[in-house]
Amino acid sequence: MSGLESLYQELILDHAKNRRGFGLAAPGARSATVHQRNPICGDEITLRVELSDDGERVASVTWEGAGCSISQSSASMLVALLQEDGGDEGMAKADVEALIAQFREALRSRGKVPLDEETFADAAALSGVSKFTARVKCAMLAWVALEEGLRQA
Amino acid sequence: MSLPFDVAAVRADFSILETEIDGRPLVYLDSGATSQKPRAVLDAEREFLERANSAVHRGAHTLAAEATELFEDARVTVAEYVGAEPEQLVWTSGATAGLNLVAGSLGYAGRLRAGDEIVVTEAEHHANLIPWQELAARTGARLRHIPVLDDGMLDLHAAADLIGERTKVVAFPHVSNVLGIVNPVAKLVTLARGVGALTVLDACQSAPHLRLDLPASGVDLAVFSGHKVYGPYGIGALWGRDEVLESLPPFTTGGSMITTVTLDTAEYLPPPQRFEPGTQPVSQAVALAAAVRWLGAHDLDAAHAHEAALEKRMREGLRSIDGIRLLGDADAAERVALQAFEVQGVHAHDVGQFLDSRGVAVRVGHHCAQPLHRRFGMTASVRASAAIHTTEDEIDTFLDAVSGVRGFFGAGA
Repeated sequence: MSGLESLYQELILDHAKNRRGFGLAAPGARSATVHQRNPICGDEITLRVELSDDGERVASVTWEGAGCSISQSSASMLVALLQEDGGDEGMAKADVEALIAQFREALRSRGKVPLDEETFADAAALSGVSKFTARVKCAMLAWVALEEGLRQA
Repeated sequence: MSLPFDVAAVRADFSILETEIDGRPLVYLDSGATSQKPRAVLDAEREFLERANSAVHRGAHTLAAEATELFEDARVTVAEYVGAEPEQLVWTSGATAGLNLVAGSLGYAGRLRAGDEIVVTEAEHHANLIPWQELAARTGARLRHIPVLDDGMLDLHAAADLIGERTKVVAFPHVSNVLGIVNPVAKLVTLARGVGALTVLDACQSAPHLRLDLPASGVDLAVFSGHKVYGPYGIGALWGRDEVLESLPPFTTGGSMITTVTLDTAEYLPPPQRFEPGTQPVSQAVALAAAVRWLGAHDLDAAHAHEAALEKRMREGLRSIDGIRLLGDADAAERVALQAFEVQGVHAHDVGQFLDSRGVAVRVGHHCAQPLHRRFGMTASVRASAAIHTTEDEIDTFLDAVSGVRGFFGAGA
């Protein structure tokens, strides 16, 4: 696989076109809305996270934004991952925080720490991004927004 | 004596052009961001540091005298390059520092008050915008802008209405770093002079590509950066008319710019030293002089004709590719070989990544011109900018790569 193809896998291009969780849900009792932007390229995201009544689980994540295919697909993959692994009641907040930390570690590893498919599902396709240091911020954008949202919600 | 223009010979002066990106030859089309530096520039800086390095304008030893002479000779050489006298040329760390110096000094001098107006353009690089925003905020002056038309040209009718008796400063780019269009300096100068406003020219994108005669241009002050004129980083120049520089107080202060200092007061040297406090970028000044000497050793008319041919090839080539939108596509305009564009359906960052995989280096993003991108309804674009060493084959490689972008990303399918 060439460098370019390892970066832009089919899955990434597909998520960038069919964005999961795109369109903000109406704000709820336990929601937080976060705006993040990448000052280098102007990419931006507005992400809304809704917690369960007890504040322990992530009930829903929706977002809006514009940016490159890496930032868009990464946001989409994050939502897909939370939906698949969280099921109806949603993933535990602590688990989501751990996932974000693990994702960050892999992306900052310059290709040394891969994202495993078992844990990250489609988002594992973003492993290739870690070799392109200029693009790491693009892939992190939605995850950083969610991290901030969990702090605020 | 000038050499006949031979692009292969020019390229031989740049080791970096031999670089390969993933096995493909580098096609460097990012000279608008920073130019590559020919060997003569690197040699000049190294030679200065190895043989003459010493503190300038002080010390009685032989090296100090030699360093001072080389430093001041560099000023003469760079001043000549823009048609000016050495006393009119202030060393700065770059264009940004030069513009901050001018805006800051005008502020210190109390030359702007509430109700006064500063006029810039919608096509400003942030460096020629934010210092004026700050000056306006601190003085109560109003910042206004000349709009850019759909084809990238400045709206001169609007300019004529905007520039009036309240206008104290008119600041504008000689060549927009996004549109590549050469702005009508003489017309803007006439409007500004008619109301007694000071004119400030950002010559960053023209200095590497056009013959400059700053005194004849009619502007009062101008700035450019060394690193975009085949010179080193950390050096640039502010040029000003004698009486204009004379009228400005120092902005940054310290050693080397004074005559007499007491514990309570200081008296200042005349320009240009008045604006050059502290230790100066001496080896960089010497190397910048080497850069303009290197440039001047070529047949510049032929070099400019070469760049004009590249510009035409690049713009016409881009126009013929489906799904490309050019920023600033005015046929009437005089231009430099710099073109920003959007590939519809593909984000600029992704375009840049794709081109990189073909060895083509371009700039992506807002190019420090967010208001201009907003005006065209986008947040980012791709910018290709050529230089004296760019070849027609390289433009073709670039065009071929651009034509593959939408297919790869499945845009417009």
